[in-house]
Amino acid sequence: MLFAGFGGQGVLFAGKVAAYAGLIENKEISWLPSYGPEMRGGTANCSVCISDTPIGSPLVTNPNVLVVMNLPSLDKFIDTVEPGGTVIIDSSLIDKKVEREDLNVYYVPSSALAEENELGGLSNMILVGKLFKEICTAGDHSFCTEETLDAAIQKCIPARKANMLDVNRKAVALGAQA
Amino acid sequence: MKVLMKGNEALAEAAIRAGCRHFFGYPITPQTELAAYMSKRMPKIGGTYLQAESEIAAVNMVLGASAAGVRAMTSSSSPGVSLKGEGISYMAGSDLPALIINVQRGGPGLGGIQPSQADYWQATKATGHGDFQILVFAPSTVQEMVDLVSDAFDLADQYRMPAMILADGMLGQMMEPVTLPEEGGKAPIEKPWAACGHGGKREHNIVNSLYLTPDKLESLVKERFARYEIIKEKEQRAEEYLTDDADVVVVAYGASSRVAKGAVNKARELGLKAGLVRPITLWPFPADALNRAASHAKALLAVEMSMGQMVDDVKLAINCQKPVHFFGRTGGMIPTPAEVLEQIKGLV
Repeated sequence: MLFAGFGGQGVLFAGKVAAYAGLIENKEISWLPSYGPEMRGGTANCSVCISDTPIGSPLVTNPNVLVVMNLPSLDKFIDTVEPGGTVIIDSSLIDKKVEREDLNVYYVPSSALAEENELGGLSNMILVGKLFKEICTAGDHSFCTEETLDAAIQKCIPARKANMLDVNRKAVALGAQA
Repeated sequence: MKVLMKGNEALAEAAIRAGCRHFFGYPITPQTELAAYMSKRMPKIGGTYLQAESEIAAVNMVLGASAAGVRAMTSSSSPGVSLKGEGISYMAGSDLPALIINVQRGGPGLGGIQPSQADYWQATKATGHGDFQILVFAPSTVQEMVDLVSDAFDLADQYRMPAMILADGMLGQMMEPVTLPEEGGKAPIEKPWAACGHGGKREHNIVNSLYLTPDKLESLVKERFARYEIIKEKEQRAEEYLTDDADVVVVAYGASSRVAKGAVNKARELGLKAGLVRPITLWPFPADALNRAASHAKALLAVEMSMGQMVDDVKLAINCQKPVHFFGRTGGMIPTPAEVLEQIKGLV
């Protein structure tokens, strides 16, 4: 899987939640961020591998799943997605339809939904909700349950930010229904 | 349960659990999380974390701490390790153990900040001036980073020489599940040579690398090289993967070995007999494993994130008995399994 967007949108965090869900299910997993100046306002992305077999290169060059939160990232990565793969798009920030017809595309207005529901900054988790609803807990690539996702979110939120747990849960639920 | 940790953080926690209480460093991407982790943990456990005024100062603080008999370490990335070279040479010349971590980035000069393996020559042949070697370990997973830290400290103490973990930006930045060892496992060995104060109960110890009498210096260097021969015999480590019947043996370490293994698996799916020798120690170089694999191979292929540095040691190890080819990307570029597979196809 590849999570891509602007620095600050929480793409690394979203990837970490997915990675932890894999860890909880005893899968082989890896999480590799883009790092350095890219993270500071430029494009940021992270590669997450969840597999039954040991992971070779942790760098995802042809994702099965692309979660994308801005237009430059969509343009950069859309041609790399495996045929038959899934793309989850924040359609409130990306005003463009995917031209490829061999992909399974979900348009989720996650930034607008976050705004409307007073979940500022949690557009990423709305997309994670959609990702888990459609891919991680259902279909050919499913590897976990909703409970796993909840446990993964708990792992990713440090104790001093425990008050953030409920809003993250709310964002995930919103994404699952979107 | 396993925990998810970045390579840089895992190296730091593993060092603490191996009994290291003295860390001296200076920030540099892509290694900084290691120092940041130490700065949080060390004060809580009575250890010393010190951000020095430069890499040169940091490595010399390591020298001082090591001379006093404690487990000490520093970490940096390529340009910073060049600065530490002088101190590493002084430690080698003073028979001092220490752990140096290099989370490599692209070079030369300031280069870039993306993953690289272009410091192989520096680590294995020219860390600093003078006749010496250091132990060099090349982990390929975050778990192996954890495991090799305590081994590196132990062997550095045993052979009284610096040890390096040669990682790269990919391994430093990525997160994988790890199992951490219990703290205080094996007790570090006694260090009767340490200059650590004794209240006048014995002759004082001197830790020094200056020997102005040539025959004295020559005999000390020769004693060190006799030790290196023992290390070459006893401490080589490598993973041999599908090499028993391999026509093409790929040789790769660290991050590029992960890519190479993926390519070897794909080649096998296509019915091509490919295998992988993954050096875990770069010095001593695992010549025995290479000779085993090369004995029935048609060709070898070194894959590196450099313009070709380890490939020289592959040729030397097998005495050029088989053709040794090279494929590499450099400057922060990471080879893909598909690129390596194409190279394998060309050699079968």
